[in-house]
Amino acid sequence: MHEKNSNDQVLIDGSRLIIESLARAGADAFIGYPITPANLLYLYGSQRMEMMLPAPDEITTVQWMAGLSATGKLPVTATSFPGFALMAESVNMAYMMELPMVIVLVQRLGPATGTATCGAQGDLLLLNGIMSGGHPVPVLGTSSFEDCWSLSARALEIAVTQRTPVILLTSKEEVMTQKSFDISRLETIKKVERKEYAKDCCDYKPYKPTDLVPDFLPVTQAEHQVRMTASTHDQDGILQHSSPEALANTRRLEEKIRTSMKEDYLFYHLDHQEGAEKLVTAYGISAAAAREAVRKMRREGQKVSLFIPKTLLPLPPVYLEIVSGYRRVVIAEENMNNQLGSLLFGQKLPENIRFVGNLGKMIAPEEIEKEVMS
Amino acid sequence: MTGSMIKLQNLPYCKGCGHDLIAKNSTEALEKLGYNPLDVIAVTDIGCHGIIDKCLNTHTVHGLHGRSVALGAGISFGTGSKDQKIVVFVGDGGTTIGLQHIMEAARLNLNVTVVVHNNMLYGMTGGQSSGLTPKGFCTTTSFKGNPFTGYDICKLAHTAGARYVSRIMGVGNITEAIMKAFSQEGFSLVEVMEICPSYGVKLNPRRKLKEIVEESGRELGEWTNDLPPFLDRQEEKTANLLDKTPVISKTFNHQLQQPYSLVISGSAGEGVQLAANIFAKAAMSADLHATQKGSYPVTVGVGFSTAEINVSPEEVLFHGISVPDVALITSSDGLQHNRQRIERMQQGKLFIDSSLTPPNTGAEVILRDFRSVGARNAAIHAILYLCRQTKILDESSVYHIIQQEGKADKLPLDKIKKAMES
Ligand SMILES: Cc1ncc(C[n+]2csc(CCOP(=O)(O)OP(=O)(O)O)c2C)c(N)n1
Ligand code: SF4
Ligand SMILES: [Mg+2]
Repeated sequence: MHEKNSNDQVLIDGSRLIIESLARAGADAFIGYPITPANLLYLYGSQRMEMMLPAPDEITTVQWMAGLSATGKLPVTATSFPGFALMAESVNMAYMMELPMVIVLVQRLGPATGTATCGAQGDLLLLNGIMSGGHPVPVLGTSSFEDCWSLSARALEIAVTQRTPVILLTSKEEVMTQKSFDISRLETIKKVERKEYAKDCCDYKPYKPTDLVPDFLPVTQAEHQVRMTASTHDQDGILQHSSPEALANTRRLEEKIRTSMKEDYLFYHLDHQEGAEKLVTAYGISAAAAREAVRKMRREGQKVSLFIPKTLLPLPPVYLEIVSGYRRVVIAEENMNNQLGSLLFGQKLPENIRFVGNLGKMIAPEEIEKEVMS
Repeated sequence: MTGSMIKLQNLPYCKGCGHDLIAKNSTEALEKLGYNPLDVIAVTDIGCHGIIDKCLNTHTVHGLHGRSVALGAGISFGTGSKDQKIVVFVGDGGTTIGLQHIMEAARLNLNVTVVVHNNMLYGMTGGQSSGLTPKGFCTTTSFKGNPFTGYDICKLAHTAGARYVSRIMGVGNITEAIMKAFSQEGFSLVEVMEICPSYGVKLNPRRKLKEIVEESGRELGEWTNDLPPFLDRQEEKTANLLDKTPVISKTFNHQLQQPYSLVISGSAGEGVQLAANIFAKAAMSADLHATQKGSYPVTVGVGFSTAEINVSPEEVLFHGISVPDVALITSSDGLQHNRQRIERMQQGKLFIDSSLTPPNTGAEVILRDFRSVGARNAAIHAILYLCRQTKILDESSVYHIIQQEGKADKLPLDKIKKAMES
C-alpha cells in the first residue's frame, strides 16, 4: 500500500459546497422551509449559518429574510418551484426595497408538485418574468461543483453590491448526487463587505443612488432615519403615485441590474475549438451531458465547441453573438420547450438551432451527440 | 426628546376615520414611554392605515398586504437584544390574509407589538367584508349584512401564546391602553375597534360602534400568557462543512481502463445506500473517480432503494446510468424497480439474490444467497461478493473504508466472510 498523488478527494454533494461557499462569503442566516430536493441545503444551512430559523411557510421565509436583511444580515434560503411560487410577491418586495438575499432554487419536475424526487430545468422562463414590470432579477446557474462553489459566493456578492435578491438556479441532480471531488482545487472565497453609508455625513436619503445603488443603513442604527417601501417611492422611501422622481427610481432598479450583470457579473464558459462549426450549448444539469458529449466527439476527431452560460438572467446580450458564430447550434435543456432558446430567439427558432429536451429524465450525452452529428 | 414621533399636519385619512386616533395615540404612547423616534421601527401594512409611514419620524418599513407582521418578525430576529421597539400597523384585512404570521409571532413570543386597526372591512379597496367583519355588519360585498361570523383575533393570538393581548374601543383617548401593549416583553397585540366613515358608517346608518362590537360578542379586555419572550437558541454550529467529508487517501490500485457503471438495489432499510457509499469511497481509495446517486420512493422507509454508481479512471462528467454494466439485486422491491433496465442489458453481469427469479436479460446471471447474512447486510454482502468475483475493486479496499467509516462493529463482517467462502 502506498500514498498516491496527494489531492484532497472527498465524496461530496453540491448542496454542501453551496452552503459552505455562501457562509464564507458572508451569509449569516438560513431561513428554511422543507422541500425536496432542497432539503440538504436546509440541513447544511442549519449546521453552518450563524442563525437558522424554521419558517412556517415560504411567504414568511422571504418576509423574515427581508426583515433580517433590513437589519444588516445576509440571509439565504433554498426551495423548489412550489415554495418559490409562494415567494414571488415577497421577492418583488425585497427587490423594490433593495434588500440583499440569496434564494437557491432547486428545480424539480412540475407542474405543481410534479415529482419531488425528479430533476428538471423548467423554471428559467418563470424567473424571467417573476418581477412585475418585467424588471430583471439576477439569476446565476450552476453547472458543476466548481460553480456550486464559486457562483454561490458570487450570488451573495451581487446581492450585496447591487442590493437585490439573487437567485441561484440549480436542480435536483446537481445538489443531491454525490461525486468524488478534489476540494484542494477550490478557490479561496473572500468575505463580501457590506458597505454602509458614512453616518456622520450630511442628510441620508435611503434611495439616493451612487453609481445606481443607494448606500445602505440598517434600521438598527439611530443616527439617520431609514425608510423602506415596496411601493413605488421617491428617494426618501415615501410612496408616490407616479411622480417623475419615483418612476426614475424604478427605472434605476432595472438599469442597475442590467448594467452590472452584463459587465461585472457576466459568467460563462466558452470552449471554442479551432475550426469548429458546431456548438453545443447547455447550462445547469444538462451541461454535464454536454461536456461528456463534447469530450467524446472530440476524441473521435470531431470539431465541436462548447458553450455553458452561467449568468442566466438578465440574459447577457453577448450570448446571441456567441451562438450566431456557428453553423449548427444544439441547445440541451431538460424540458419540453427550449426555454433558453426562446429567450435567445423568441418564437421563431432559426433553422440552424436544434433542441434536445427531455421530461422526467436527464438528457444523455448520446442524445446531444446524435443531434450534433445529424 | 418627546413630541416628535409624528408629523400631525396632514394625516392621510378621510375625515372622521378611526385610524386617525390610533396614529395619534400610539405615537403619543411611544413618546410617553420615552422612546426616541429612531429607537422605533414602524412596519406598516397595505391598507388605509398603512400609508401613515410618511408622517412618522421613526424608521419606517412599508411592505406588502398582510405580511407586515412577518416582516416585523424578521426585523426582530435581526435586532436581537437591541433596545428598539418594533411596532406593526395592520388592518383587519391584513390580519385576514396574514393570519399565519400573527399566529407565528405570537407562538414564538417575538418582541413585537401589533396594532390591529379593525374597521371591520377592507377600506382601501372599497369596503368589502374581511375575515374580521362581524356577522350582520353591512359592507359593499354584503349590503344585507355579513352572513359569516368574524374571527376573534384576540382569542386566536392568546391561544397561540401571545404574552399580552387586548381589545379596546377606538374612542376617547387610548394612549394608556396602547402604552400597556407597548411595554410588554414579548409579543403583544392590541385590537382597536373602529369604524370607517366612508363605508362602515354609510352602510350601517343608525348603528353605533359600541353596539356593533357588543352584538358581535367581542369582549373588551386583556388576556395574558406567562411565557418568556423569544430567545434565539441556536444549536452548536459547524465551522466548516468541508471538514465533515473525510478526504479519501489513495491507498490501493485498480485495473480499470474505462468507466464502469453499477446499479445496486434492494428494499428500504436494507443498507443499500450505505453499501453504495462504501463502494464509491473504496473506488476513490484506489484512485478512481466516483459518483453515487440514490433513488427511493417519496416515503423513504418503504419500497425500493436504488443506488447508481459510476467509477472511472477519469472524471465522470455525466452521472446518469441508463443500462448499467453490472446490477446487484438483493430484494424483490429492488428487482421490480430495475426490471426494465435489466431486461435491456445486452452484456455485463446481474448478481441477484437466489430467492428471486431473474428476468430475461443479456447479462450473465449470478444467483447468490445475499440475504443469508440478514436482510440488512445483503447489500454490503453483494458488494463484497462483486469485488471477489470481478476484481473490479480490491476487496481489502472495501474493508478499509468500512473501518475508516467506523462501520466495522455494525456489520457482521465475519459472517459475511464465511458466507462468501461457501
Ligand atoms: C396580496 C394582495 N391582495 C390584495 C391587495 C389589495 N388590497 C390593498 S389594501 C387591501 C385591503 C386593506 O384592508 P385593511 O387591511 O382592513 O385596511 P384598511 O384599508 O381598512 O385600513 C387590499 C385587499 C393587495 N395589495 N395585495
Ligand atoms: S376609506 Fe375608510 S378606512 Fe380608509 S381612510 Fe377613509 S375612512 Fe379611513
Ligand atoms: Mg380595514
